[in-house]
Amino acid sequence: MDSIVLAKQVPDTKAVTADAMKEDGTVNRAALPAIFNPDDLNALELALRIKDRYGGTVTIMTMGPPRASEILREALYRGADRAILLADKRFAASDTLATSLTLSAAIRKLERFDLVICGRQAIDGDTAQVGPQTAEKLSIPQVTYVDTVIWIEEGRMAVRRALDPGYEIVESSLPALITVMGDSNHPRPPSAKRMMWLKKARSPSEIKREDPQAWETVCSDLAERDLLVEEWNIDSIGLNPDVCGQSGSPTIVKKIESVVLKGGEFRLIPPTETGITSLIEELMKDHTLD
Amino acid sequence: MDGSSKKEIWIFVQHDDGEISEVSLELLGKGREMADELGYKLAATLIGHDVKDLARPLIEHGADTVYLAQDASLATYRTLPYARTICDLARSMNPEIFLFGATPVGRDLAPRVASSLRCGLTADCTDLRIGDYTSPVKKKRYENLLLQIRPAFGGNIIATIVNPETRPQMATVREGVMVMRKREPGRKGNIVETPARTEASDLAVEIMERRTGSRTINLRKAKVIVSGGVGVGSKENFDLVFQLADALGGTVGASRSAVDSGFIGKEHQVGQTGTTVRPKLYIACGISGAVQHRAGMSESMKIIAINSDPEAPIFGVAHYGIVGNLHEVIPKLIKSYKERTRIQNGK
Ligand SMILES: Cc1cc2nc3c(=O)[nH]c(=O)nc-3n(C[C@H](O)[C@H](O)[C@H](O)COP(=O)(O)OP(=O)(O)OC[C@H]3O[C@@H](n4cnc5c(N)ncnc54)[C@H](O)[C@@H]3O)c2cc1C
Ligand SMILES: Nc1ncnc2c1ncn2[C@@H]1O[C@H](COP(=O)(O)O)[C@@H](O)[C@H]1O
Repeated sequence: MDSIVLAKQVPDTKAVTADAMKEDGTVNRAALPAIFNPDDLNALELALRIKDRYGGTVTIMTMGPPRASEILREALYRGADRAILLADKRFAASDTLATSLTLSAAIRKLERFDLVICGRQAIDGDTAQVGPQTAEKLSIPQVTYVDTVIWIEEGRMAVRRALDPGYEIVESSLPALITVMGDSNHPRPPSAKRMMWLKKARSPSEIKREDPQAWETVCSDLAERDLLVEEWNIDSIGLNPDVCGQSGSPTIVKKIESVVLKGGEFRLIPPTETGITSLIEELMKDHTLD
Repeated sequence: MDGSSKKEIWIFVQHDDGEISEVSLELLGKGREMADELGYKLAATLIGHDVKDLARPLIEHGADTVYLAQDASLATYRTLPYARTICDLARSMNPEIFLFGATPVGRDLAPRVASSLRCGLTADCTDLRIGDYTSPVKKKRYENLLLQIRPAFGGNIIATIVNPETRPQMATVREGVMVMRKREPGRKGNIVETPARTEASDLAVEIMERRTGSRTINLRKAKVIVSGGVGVGSKENFDLVFQLADALGGTVGASRSAVDSGFIGKEHQVGQTGTTVRPKLYIACGISGAVQHRAGMSESMKIIAINSDPEAPIFGVAHYGIVGNLHEVIPKLIKSYKERTRIQNGK
């Protein structure tokens, strides 16, 4: 069973405070910690459990800037076998359509896979679109909102997907793409032993490139020790730049506003019996209450 | 231009157990409004098996046309056969706008369809408008685009998104944010039956078992909602919130932190990751009013906030603010409401 986990590094939107907002109402990403998208940790855990049970490999793949290698290392510490960074300035400002096109082209380059596993959604946009769109681009079936894998055998699987409310048990042929619920499992912690070994792992674009020769030496040295994170760009995936990044993204952000409290008629009601009784009377009179 | 060549706005109709889901009717309401503004037609796509009876109510809720595709393979929602049927239809009719409910079904289907049609798709919109857009890059002006408005970044910002070049302009829309039109019995419209062409590869996913309970509480339909937050203090204290809701004939809601603290079940959660509500009256008890909570309730007709902290942001969206301890204020509300109704009925 060979799985590919798609994961994204996202700004920690829980940590958004007033200082993280710029004056023009946009979010200052630099002021926010970058984290492993929470649902994607559940996707990774599911892949690792499948490997524990059925054998095979787990590959983690992300599209993002060089810094996104941080989550690749994190996945390696937790047990992923192989990590691939898709980095290219021309990927910048991809919407979900361009992202899924890029991811699917990279997945196609891998010789074999049985399952592509995504998180349910990423907390920066909460769109939950990249999974289904990647499945469509790969022409494979998708099963969204998976919380349990029941069994897998040659070319087939049974999974449980959450409905709201209720559930569905479905069987699907493989290869397939699934998206995983955030409450489906408890991700294992990083292994200290793997961390010792893998903390020096780097992708080529993370290494300073001032002196090309020195850069090559560092890369080949890391490669020899199995610590060079694979990195692909538009050319190595064989994509046309027009369908990537901003030029391949049909959606355009027209305007961004920070959320402002809606001012309106406001009255302070004293917490006394008279105050409350007159409030109730008013609400009954205008038929807010019957 | 004759009427039949008019541009169209499409609404995907979701139905469960022979009943049209509310969000589809809400979208017909919004779709009607936009179609009238633009001089377009409004169409509903009705896909399933034995669902012809649902076409009338769709027309009576505002559709000019119902595209009806029926096949045994479409009886229960499954991504691939539904996506193929919808894409075939959309490719032949070229709608301008295509809206889906942001339900688990809509959010499973719409991205698959958008990817296949190579269209932009905006998730989880809370508002839609029609407007113009000038591209600063191409220096080109686009008229009458669908402005897709949605919260992003954990609800901290509101973004307006457009798809200038691709058609249809696609969006999923939150449940409960659009207003359903009154049903107009006898309203006229066409039912256009179209073939459903499912292929063997579309049947790759088989449903072996399906359990769907009904939601035990329906916040969206409630006229009065009494919500409790962390300020309520404990699971036991939530009884007070239930008492007030009972007295007023309302339903109990909650903040996410109250749910996370184990005071009450998740099905009661109001807000960005819970239910969006717009009741006649919303009473927030011990809720600070974080953006994510406000995102789900600020459209309520009347809002009362009870909070001991006069600086709590919830007062910024409230119509009536009571600064005080909810453990004292709630019993007073119950008592005075009971007294007033007694007086009214006695008259
Ligand atoms: C991505 C994301 C999504 C989220 N989605 C949601 C969502 O859908 N819904 C949601 O609600 N939240 C959501 N949240 C959480 C939200 O940010 C807040 O943390 C949450 O709403 C706070 O809940 P609260 O008001 O009950 O608690 P608190 O913020 O702790 O507020 C408690 C309030 O009670 C008052 N109080 C205390 N004691 C008393 C008393 N005796 N009498 C009167 N008042 C008292 C206090 O003054 C305080 O204002 C989300 C957060 C994130 C990051
Ligand atoms: N840039 C990316 N690189 C890798 N995986 C991604 C990327 N963006 C999204 N995904 C995957 O798609 C899922 C849904 O993302 P989204 O559609 O942005 O909510 C995430 O949980 C990831 O599994």
